[in-house]
Amino acid sequence: MVTLKIDGMKVTVRKLSTVLDAAKKLDIPIPTLCHHPELSPFGGCRLCIVEVQGMARPATACTTIAKEGMIVTTTSPYLEKLRKTILELLLSDHPNDCMVCERAGDCTLQELAYFYNIRENRFVGEKRPFIKKDENPFVERSMEKCILCGQCVRVCDEIQGVGAIDFAYKGFNTRVCASYEKDLNCEFCGQCVAVCPTGALTGKMWAHKGRQKDIEQVDTVCPYCGCGCNLTLHVRRNEIIRVSSKKDTINEGWLCMKGRFGYGFINSDERLTKPLIRTAPKKHSADSGQWTNPPNNPPTPPLAKGGEGGFERGGNGGVDSSLLTPHSSLFREVSWEEALNFVAKRLGEIKERYGADSIGGLSSARCTNEENYLFQKFMRAVIGTNNVDNCVRYCHSSTFAGLASVFGSGAMTNSVPEIENHDVIFVIGSNTTETHPIIGLKMKKAVKNGAELIIADPRRIELVRFAKIWLQHRPGTDVALLNSIMHVIVKEDLIDKKFIEERTEGFESFKQSLAEYTPEEGERITGVPKEDIIKVALLYGNAVRPGIYYTMGITQHSHGTENVYAIANLALMTGNLGRESTGVNPLRGQNNVQGATDMGCIPDFYPGYQKVNIPGIKQKFEMAWGVKLSDKVGLTATEIINAAFKGKLKASYIMGENPVLSDPDVNHTIKALGKLDFLVVQDIFMTETAELADVVLPAACFAEKDGTFTNTARRIQRVRKAVEPPGEAKEDSWIIMELANLFGYKMRYNYIGEVFHEAGKAWPAIAGITYGRIEKIGLQWPCPTLDHPGTLYLFKGGFPRGKAAFSTIRYRPSEELPDNEYPFLLSTGRQLFQYHTGSMTRKIDAINKVSPEAYIEIHPDDAKQLGVNDGDTVKVSSRRGSIDIKVLISERPLKGMTFIPFHFKEAAANVLTSSVLDPIARIPELKVCAVKIEPIHQI
Amino acid sequence: MYKQLAEIFKQYEGEKGAVITVLQKVQEKLGYLSKEAISGVAKFFRMSESEIFGIASFYAQFRFTPRGKHAVKVCLGTACYVRGGEEIMKTAEKNLGIDRGGTTEDYKFSLERVACFGCCALAPVMLVDKNVHTKMNLSKVREVIKRYQGEK
Repeated sequence: MVTLKIDGMKVTVRKLSTVLDAAKKLDIPIPTLCHHPELSPFGGCRLCIVEVQGMARPATACTTIAKEGMIVTTTSPYLEKLRKTILELLLSDHPNDCMVCERAGDCTLQELAYFYNIRENRFVGEKRPFIKKDENPFVERSMEKCILCGQCVRVCDEIQGVGAIDFAYKGFNTRVCASYEKDLNCEFCGQCVAVCPTGALTGKMWAHKGRQKDIEQVDTVCPYCGCGCNLTLHVRRNEIIRVSSKKDTINEGWLCMKGRFGYGFINSDERLTKPLIRTAPKKHSADSGQWTNPPNNPPTPPLAKGGEGGFERGGNGGVDSSLLTPHSSLFREVSWEEALNFVAKRLGEIKERYGADSIGGLSSARCTNEENYLFQKFMRAVIGTNNVDNCVRYCHSSTFAGLASVFGSGAMTNSVPEIENHDVIFVIGSNTTETHPIIGLKMKKAVKNGAELIIADPRRIELVRFAKIWLQHRPGTDVALLNSIMHVIVKEDLIDKKFIEERTEGFESFKQSLAEYTPEEGERITGVPKEDIIKVALLYGNAVRPGIYYTMGITQHSHGTENVYAIANLALMTGNLGRESTGVNPLRGQNNVQGATDMGCIPDFYPGYQKVNIPGIKQKFEMAWGVKLSDKVGLTATEIINAAFKGKLKASYIMGENPVLSDPDVNHTIKALGKLDFLVVQDIFMTETAELADVVLPAACFAEKDGTFTNTARRIQRVRKAVEPPGEAKEDSWIIMELANLFGYKMRYNYIGEVFHEAGKAWPAIAGITYGRIEKIGLQWPCPTLDHPGTLYLFKGGFPRGKAAFSTIRYRPSEELPDNEYPFLLSTGRQLFQYHTGSMTRKIDAINKVSPEAYIEIHPDDAKQLGVNDGDTVKVSSRRGSIDIKVLISERPLKGMTFIPFHFKEAAANVLTSSVLDPIARIPELKVCAVKIEPIHQI
Repeated sequence: MYKQLAEIFKQYEGEKGAVITVLQKVQEKLGYLSKEAISGVAKFFRMSESEIFGIASFYAQFRFTPRGKHAVKVCLGTACYVRGGEEIMKTAEKNLGIDRGGTTEDYKFSLERVACFGCCALAPVMLVDKNVHTKMNLSKVREVIKRYQGEK
């Protein structure tokens, strides 16, 4: 620590702090333009100059290290004169068009000009001409307003790790640009826009929508992935005109492209605004059933070459006419009263006739905790069945089945801020920077701090650039890879004997099972050189604070649960659990998939993972809810679809889910849903699933309601209403309550917080969380009492289930591997710009501009062999169906492997995927199936 | 492109400080720095393209457009300048139909200004490739350029 004196006041700061840091501690304002606390000091704008006793000339506070006994003056007539001159020089080359500038009122340069009262400029002279040539749909660059502070350059390089822009040329001609002054072609995270202190960088989509006047700012949580980034919505006249994020949040103000620019769906014209009841007879046409190249026009006609309707291709399936018709001809608009009465009547009849278990509900990971709690309560207490599930089935049910049975909890063990302190990060089966961009930033920061990054992924994902070692194993061989890593750890005696002794059981027999997985055997199965396997084993085995991160690459397999067990074994044998920045972290794909599961929208558990078939627990909930409950474990989402297909399930209530596109084997799903006697879909858009419904209920989106989301790291955060829902759309909670009341079950809450409170009474782990406590910053469960600070990381001092058990796992190949007929392996997944089935992101023109259409990634060697070029259309078929899709030749996948993102309905990847399930978790194998690829020769 | 430059890269494997030297060698080989070349250099040094472009564009020695077959250089150093170098330059510009720093559409000529060839006694001076033309006047400029233009 060093003590110095600033403006006569003493302050003590840590060594290597700057004078600016010290002044900040004293709350002494020093003007800056190029400084950002998260970026490296630049010393470029010179505004932060201070006088330091003993130094001949003023020094920049942002780059001067505080020294013991320093005496600093931050203001004096001399300094102010210098600062004013600097500002005058900056402004001499500035357009001064604040009248029409997007940033007026929110511009540091403007503020400073105001404080220094700069009206006329002594230095008026030549100005730099800039010709705008930006075609990109996100970032507006008005470089004549650029003051060359370099914050955008640094944020792009240091935080985002992209380096899309830099300073070019010199002297008067210096400018910030991409190489060759090309247009931006980057991740469009907009971090540069967020840090720009002037109007040089702004968002294209918020131009002329409103500046500071009449703007209300509402803090809430991002509706996309599970990172749980805090957003501030800028609202003007019931319209969201801009999104920003504050610096003092868990995401430190950084957002990804979807979070920052992906809000357009809220104001979309395509939102559902009235309840709808089907008029057209349901065509079981699905029976003839080919999912085909899509229905109505895709959101934007993607780069349709030649202008001819690129999607009306012959051959590959005729377009299903029931899907082609606009929904106005399928449905009629009705009042809420009519719609709800109809739903209650039909569900009641079906319950009466076939029993409660003939009805199944799919809840939504996009909805709030409160709504999910009410949904499962509706299904259990009102309908009387445990047939309720959410999309966790498709992403992390294997995690839950695996980790919960080993540790007693299936959540992320650590929290997002801990990531930067790992010394080794092992990412397996997670394309983190695209699917969880802000967690990806944390990983990059950890690497910058000296952490070693290990990537195991069949594709060359973006994180590979930052990795020490990249294991490119064959898809589906994770168990073999992990077992051979563990084999080496045992051999090198890198196990944590004390931890194994005290906190685990079954190590000896497990150890025996590893014997056959020598690095050589590992290499044979996975294709990863044995030297790399050994290297990774040594790295992870010797690490002090290692973290394992995984997502769908591990879970979405027919042996997904086994993959998860293998990961748990690795962490257990090395004792890498229960400490800060050390643990096992399954990253959740959706904003509230953690919360939906916590709240009991799973067929075997009440809220808080309390088993439905344990009498004591059932009794407790019967008492709380005042009705008899079923003790029969319900059907999972995948089983609900299958039961519908077999005719065993008669009705389904689907809230905010789009299984037609998200489930494997689209044709099967359409047929299954077509067989239902009654289908209610509650959504914000007419999704592919809603088009099959008998009743469609228009719901409010995240910006139109209050509640909470739980992020991937168990953090419960407040979601706040910013605008009114469009038309007659209603909050999901209102709809569920009204329906329950029609069934004669009283669901009345004065405000939504009461629902959360009720959930807290049922589940002690969140009993200590109130809306008041999470007003500013969320809390991580477990948080059992009102004075509990929340739990940063799990398993400190022990596992909830007592001793954690090792599981003996043997490698078994995926169910459907390439063969002569279907020679390519297909993996599916997400990409950065789109989100899930695209029902939100594909409503946004700007996003469609950068990510217009589906593609299949094919290795260059395979492309050559097939005789296809970039941009060609090919027919990709599996045993289930076929789609036409554009080729993207890429070195990302392994040879023999292909990849299709599943966002695009016109080339729906899930037409191809296999619905083989993991026997334990019932998760479908979406990551591995066999396909063949045929070039289409266009005439 | 990367393969084409591999020979240059080979000599600088692991030398982080060699960006400028490598850029010089690349320019020597290609005559200028193409987009592909910048991208290759960025890949080699594991730096971003924009950073490499930033470095290259800082220095006057690097060119980003291909040069013409003949390099016409007009001296605007002190001695040449006082003897009417600027007029020589303007005439060259007019006759070639390009500004200083530019290249003709048929890639036959590039025009550059330089500062002093070290033969001030013979000012004003103009160079075409390696041939020095001394004590220039406007008609001599036209004549020299015409001669090169006429060649096949």
